[in-house]
Amino acid sequence: MDEFVIKGGTVIDGSGERIADVTVSAGRISAIGPNLSGSQVIDASGCVVSPGFVDLHVHLRQPGREEAETVETGSRAAALGGFTAIVAMPNTEPAQDSVAVVEQVRRWGQDAGLCEVLPSGCLTIGRAGERMAPLGELAAAGVHLFTDDGNGVQDPLLMRRIMEYSLDLDIVLAQHCEVSRLTTGAVMHEGCCSSHLGLPGWPSIAEELMVHRDIELSRLTGARVHFLHLSTVRSVDLVRAAKADGLRVTAEAAPHHFTLSDEMLRTFDATYKVNPPLRTAEDIAAIKAGLRDGTIDAIATDHAPHPAHQKEQALDAAPPGMLGLQTALSLSLGELDLDLPQIIALLSTRPAAIAGVADRHGGPLAPGRAANITVFDPHASWTVEPDRLASKSRNTPYAGRAVRGVVRHTVLNGVPVVRDGEALR
Amino acid sequence: MKHLRSIDEVSAESILSVLKTADAMAEVNSRPIPKVPALRGKTVVSLFFEDSTRTRLSFETAAKRLSADTMTFSVGTSSVNKGESLRDTIETVSAMGVDAFVVRHKTSGVPWQISEWTDASVVNAGDGWHQHPTQALLDAYTIRVGLNRPERFDGLHIGIVGDVKHSRVARSDVQAFTKLGAKVTLVAPSTLLPASLEGWPVEICHDLDDVLPALDVVYLLRMQIERQEQSLVPSLREYSTRYGLDVPRSRRMQEHALVMHPGPMNRGVEIVVDPSSLRGSRVIQQVSHGVSVRMAVLFHLLGQGGELVEESGAL
Repeated sequence: MDEFVIKGGTVIDGSGERIADVTVSAGRISAIGPNLSGSQVIDASGCVVSPGFVDLHVHLRQPGREEAETVETGSRAAALGGFTAIVAMPNTEPAQDSVAVVEQVRRWGQDAGLCEVLPSGCLTIGRAGERMAPLGELAAAGVHLFTDDGNGVQDPLLMRRIMEYSLDLDIVLAQHCEVSRLTTGAVMHEGCCSSHLGLPGWPSIAEELMVHRDIELSRLTGARVHFLHLSTVRSVDLVRAAKADGLRVTAEAAPHHFTLSDEMLRTFDATYKVNPPLRTAEDIAAIKAGLRDGTIDAIATDHAPHPAHQKEQALDAAPPGMLGLQTALSLSLGELDLDLPQIIALLSTRPAAIAGVADRHGGPLAPGRAANITVFDPHASWTVEPDRLASKSRNTPYAGRAVRGVVRHTVLNGVPVVRDGEALR
Repeated sequence: MKHLRSIDEVSAESILSVLKTADAMAEVNSRPIPKVPALRGKTVVSLFFEDSTRTRLSFETAAKRLSADTMTFSVGTSSVNKGESLRDTIETVSAMGVDAFVVRHKTSGVPWQISEWTDASVVNAGDGWHQHPTQALLDAYTIRVGLNRPERFDGLHIGIVGDVKHSRVARSDVQAFTKLGAKVTLVAPSTLLPASLEGWPVEICHDLDDVLPALDVVYLLRMQIERQEQSLVPSLREYSTRYGLDVPRSRRMQEHALVMHPGPMNRGVEIVVDPSSLRGSRVIQQVSHGVSVRMAVLFHLLGQGGELVEESGAL
């Protein structure tokens, strides 16, 4: 299917909102306008036609933990969730700290052919926080976003050096903000709930101290810094102030941090264990406000698959993380009280820019541009059933939840990879 | 409720009902042959993922005196086969035919997780820093006997002294004592209190000498040596000076007041080297009451003792 027309949808792509058909030919958008025709038709009536979503934060687990997820299964979940590009986090085994591993992950993504897999690179060798990773070699191999995700870089001297070294590389340094001395043994947010449940707490200050440190280091060095999965009131305030000062910082938030609170841990179900942890109603409100006023640039899922037997452990032994790719759109539509152009900006346009792929993802939908397109029905409802998700793992915290917003079709480089809600590969 | 996981989940009436049953069990224990056939044919498995001597022995003694069959699955978490999930362990043992699991684990919540994966009753014998409900019941029983309070504890003032933050005993005791009507004051430096006390029906005091004359019960918590390495207190010596109960300090207590401790004691730290020198010490009685109270709990859950019910509208 090399040429087709997406008919009858409402195009929303950052350059306005209009009812229009979109024709695709040879991987690119060939025309946008009323009453276009083509040899094959993809029905978009009642649907939104938007640039494909871009997820800055996905754990694909390959290489190393293929029992949890592979690049292929994760890519399929991404495509079904409307994503045409995903950033693969580097906490694989081995870690993505060398060109060889990065290129292998990218190749697996190309072989799967379901979305564009953008490998991130480590900030430090083995994510150990001790020696700088080969940022230049990795940048030359096409890596744009660097992080030790799962670990924050604890050493302020090393982080300063990394920021200084990054200045001539046109890369983004993405920090997992967690001062680990303050979170040793932590299982959940430190507060009323953890105190009642006798579970070791992960205090908000452990995130905020590192957000603050890296804002100040960015001010000092001029480095381009991105804050992963912000979760607290003060973190959002700090980033808001840094942006007002004109610093080169961006931030993301995960759907679970604007939908679920630490109260969920009262069930003692390790599905709700995630890092950073689910926090309070006030934090949820702050994340939503940050998404609304632009302090937070992107919705990123932190999709983190784990097989059941690893989650069915005592809370301290169970690994943190939850699925996110196939529920992100619905939760954003249902919980954020934002209009569609804002949600599409948060899911597509702005993360595409942060990931360095604005040339081919994130819109605008215009003739000549790569055809990376998502067609979704914002009103159709569905119920989250773990067994029907495409991920290899089942650890969604939303099992049984009725949500709205269904991805109908996903087009990757002019090729439909999801059609009528079914993956074609 | 077929489980006893938390005092939170048990009404004041059910607590009093267990304590009354414990009176009957104490009578059984005073007989020449302290054994009754109440739980014949029932199987009680002790599932101890964390070392414990007195609690495990106490439960096993209680089960045997009620003629239940007992099995012990004792395993340090470090030696659990890394490939086996907690759920696998529970389902495997359950398949052998189990009526009740008595569970001790270093992590909060494990008894709740286990009750999702088995049809057996689950008795929490201590989970992390969270709950130790049978300890709270035996503590309440000790107060009931020691202060002759056969019904509620209205008007009593109980001080819980020490490391509340890391104490499952404190969490269960606060709930049990306040449900029965007592006033509870926590006495500790701020480093040894939980991050938030929102919703706790307690008063806070940082000066033991200040509150001591008002107390009917002084409940001392175990002070672990690691707490000084974690800089939660400058030294055990300073802790002992400020919060330890020695003989001169004990003279400030009311004549009838009780001294209690869940054990094991750090003699010379939170409590004087020879606790029997303290007037009002009930430390040994707590241990013997433990057997009677655990018999009562098993009888309520597995026998004819009557169901334990939740407080309506409780947390």
